[in-house]
Amino acid sequence: MLALLSDYETLRLVWWVLLGVLLIGFALTDGFDLGVGALLPFVGRTDVERRVAIHTVSATWEGNQVWLVLGGGAIFAAWPALYALSFSGFYLAMFLVLFALILRPVAFKYRSKRESAVWRARWDWALFVGGAVPALIFGVAVGNVLQGVPFHFTSDLRPIYGGSLLGLLNPLALLCGLVSLAMLVAHGAAWLAFKAEGPVAERARAIGLKASLATAALFALGGLLIWAGAFGGYRVVTPLPGDGPSNPLTKAVVADAGAWLANFWAHPALALVPLFGIAGPLLAALGFRARHEGLTFLASSLGIACIIATVGLSMFPVILPSNTHPGHALTVFDASSSRATLRNMLIATVIFLPIILAYTAWVYRVLWGKVSNRDITAPGSAAY
Amino acid sequence: MTDPLLVDLSRLQFALTAMYHFLFVPLTLGLSILVAMMETVYVMTRRKIWRDMTKFWGLLFGINFALGVATGLTMEFQFGMNWAYYSHYVGDVFGAPLAIEGLMAFFLEATFVGLFFFGWDKLTALSHCIVTWLMALGTNFSALWILIANGWMQNPVGSTFNPDTMRMEVTDFAAVIFNPVAQAKFVHTVSAGYVCGAVFVLGVSAFYILRGRHLELAKRSFAIAAAFGLASALSVVVLGDESGYAVTDHQKMKLAAMEAMWHTEPAPAAFTAVGIPDLESRTTRYALHIPYAMGLIGTRSLTTEIPGITELVAHAKDRIRNGLVAYAALERIKADRTDAEARAEFARTQVDLGYAQLLKPLIGDPLKANEADIDRAAWSTVPHVPSLFFTFRAMVACGFLLIGLFGAALWYTAREAEAPRWLFRAALFALPLPWIAIEFGWFVAEFGRQPWIIEGVLPTALATSELGIPSLLITIAGFTLVYGVLAVIEVQLMLRAIAKGPETLADDPAALFPGAGTNRNDAGLVAAE
Repeated sequence: MLALLSDYETLRLVWWVLLGVLLIGFALTDGFDLGVGALLPFVGRTDVERRVAIHTVSATWEGNQVWLVLGGGAIFAAWPALYALSFSGFYLAMFLVLFALILRPVAFKYRSKRESAVWRARWDWALFVGGAVPALIFGVAVGNVLQGVPFHFTSDLRPIYGGSLLGLLNPLALLCGLVSLAMLVAHGAAWLAFKAEGPVAERARAIGLKASLATAALFALGGLLIWAGAFGGYRVVTPLPGDGPSNPLTKAVVADAGAWLANFWAHPALALVPLFGIAGPLLAALGFRARHEGLTFLASSLGIACIIATVGLSMFPVILPSNTHPGHALTVFDASSSRATLRNMLIATVIFLPIILAYTAWVYRVLWGKVSNRDITAPGSAAY
Repeated sequence: MTDPLLVDLSRLQFALTAMYHFLFVPLTLGLSILVAMMETVYVMTRRKIWRDMTKFWGLLFGINFALGVATGLTMEFQFGMNWAYYSHYVGDVFGAPLAIEGLMAFFLEATFVGLFFFGWDKLTALSHCIVTWLMALGTNFSALWILIANGWMQNPVGSTFNPDTMRMEVTDFAAVIFNPVAQAKFVHTVSAGYVCGAVFVLGVSAFYILRGRHLELAKRSFAIAAAFGLASALSVVVLGDESGYAVTDHQKMKLAAMEAMWHTEPAPAAFTAVGIPDLESRTTRYALHIPYAMGLIGTRSLTTEIPGITELVAHAKDRIRNGLVAYAALERIKADRTDAEARAEFARTQVDLGYAQLLKPLIGDPLKANEADIDRAAWSTVPHVPSLFFTFRAMVACGFLLIGLFGAALWYTAREAEAPRWLFRAALFALPLPWIAIEFGWFVAEFGRQPWIIEGVLPTALATSELGIPSLLITIAGFTLVYGVLAVIEVQLMLRAIAKGPETLADDPAALFPGAGTNRNDAGLVAAE
């Protein structure tokens, strides 16, 4: 532990893993909230049914969303250049995500405050946008990262981004967007099947089955396209000392269409991760059919974790490649915070993360159980 | 060089979104504690009225909380979106408190807020009360960590510039956490939030009392808000922000600008109660002075001098000249990373590197500066005096009015006397005061920090992302539209909830949410006692 806290290279690797943990944590928890939002118009036909769907997440989505907020903060603290470049480079896309996510808390809270059908229909629309748009855009962003984005640094390390919003919406990136949308919709459906009763759960099963199959197929297609070199790839060709200064201007990188597979060729066991990325959603599809809700949700979670991990493992040690100035790419060993900050942040994480997981688990236990129409219509129901 | 219009638009957007966010945060801070206190009384006495109060104020808390969460997301993303160079330059120091805020505060607050609303029939009274306190604790922790981050912007301790990574890096994280400016700001800001919550409860209760409605609930709420409000308002003033103003050059400059103190005066300086600061002649016209007061407020001493603007500008000139040495050395290091002599020179002078950067927005290359440029750069360290002078006074006036109000309210409550109607009317009309004071306070602290984004380290004009003007116009228009619509909806819902009042709650604990229950009898309230 002490050695770990003082070795810069290890700290950087730990924070690269933690970056993945945060993204996966967000996708596994708030992911089903986003999925439920995107599914809302389809799984609920009456107001009561929609309230059933909403009530499956109403008490916990807020805590889940903190994974995203923490992700933003942790990237800022541990990978400042990544935070600076990705958030400013994808500026208008980030704005769309924000716009959608701003609607969500308000929609959850305000929807039930008035009886009017028009009022509620509007907030349903807001919840749909608040779920579907971020799910799609996060995938589109990953698709662009895989292809490399147009940026460089000045000699003062001022980041300059040369792309546009429309440039982000290329076919390969949209494919990644669809993977993300499909997997979070399937995850949302798995949650609804697990947590809701009656017609809401039934419809969720039907949609979830299709969404899981789509996730597996689209992810496999993405893998084939990477194999075929369609996404390109980048390879660092100069030594990257693990304890070097965080200055991305001191290395050379070349475009190499096979680079995103190199780690898998070097360590064939890693191929299990993308394989589980396909097997997870397929297993979830079986679970939806067999009405095995617990298994479905776990399989969906496994699939999501492996799909996200696949992206990280393909690109390692690159985090954000540049397609205009390949040498300026951000990597694990030249884009992190200082050793002291990584260490301080790790101490904070080691202290607080177990506490967070413990009380979150407790809250889920308190709220354990299925939500049915009766819970909504009973006199004195507290549901939104 | 960054387009000045881009800088102005980025600042405008940050100011709009931050000040909007800060309409909701203080009420969240104050109401969370008040609600937790009410619930504690319920758990201790088991008198139903206190649970009704908890639920009613909790309902209003929830309407406000949703917008605080929604607009907080913008804040977490906006540093990277609009302030990319800032994010690179100080992320090593500034990012950590933000991340710890997520770990320590946001999870706590957001996880338990769900149980606060939906856990009433799933938890024992005591467990629920603990949940409420944990939620309130999370809210307050978040204020602590964001103000540690902000305090570092005002007084960047515990860090140094690393020429190999071209950014500020942390050297002493404990110094960042225990930054005296951050500590003073934390106490000042959470106290202001408590005042905001107290005025809200006081004002709404006064409305009910004036209308003769929900008297059981309103009178108790009025009393608890009066006591809590007075303690908090005194804390805002006594443990106020000013204790942090003696610490650094620019905090001194901010103080001098707030007071329109153009020149150093013999200690203890007089306080200019009113006047009209004139930027042209650098004097304050029609000034009404209160002898000694300024020295006492600013330094808590009779003998310590408070430097005036002109003297601070002269000092800034020295720092710019010293900073130019550092800047030149840094250029040499960039050209040859092994240049030991340049590194030694940089280490000696780097504390003033930021001052040389003040020249960048003015002339591009600081090394080409002449005396006139240095003079201009030094005067650019003076924030806009009249706006600080007036907003500060407006903030202080609101604060003292509220102390008077709370004092009167507590006076009548403590004597269990029937308070006169004018007091309830005053409480109702005082509702906007905390928000006015708080927004002005924000303005004084952050606009007064200009031209720095990190005091003495990085000028605001250098800190933005390299975005196109159209992108900024789109997002400013977008935020204005969304926030505008949400504000209207929020106020409407709040007014509806207040107009409807708490009576539906009395009998049926779960009928907190409209549309849920049919149990709406006024008799419940009477039965509850």
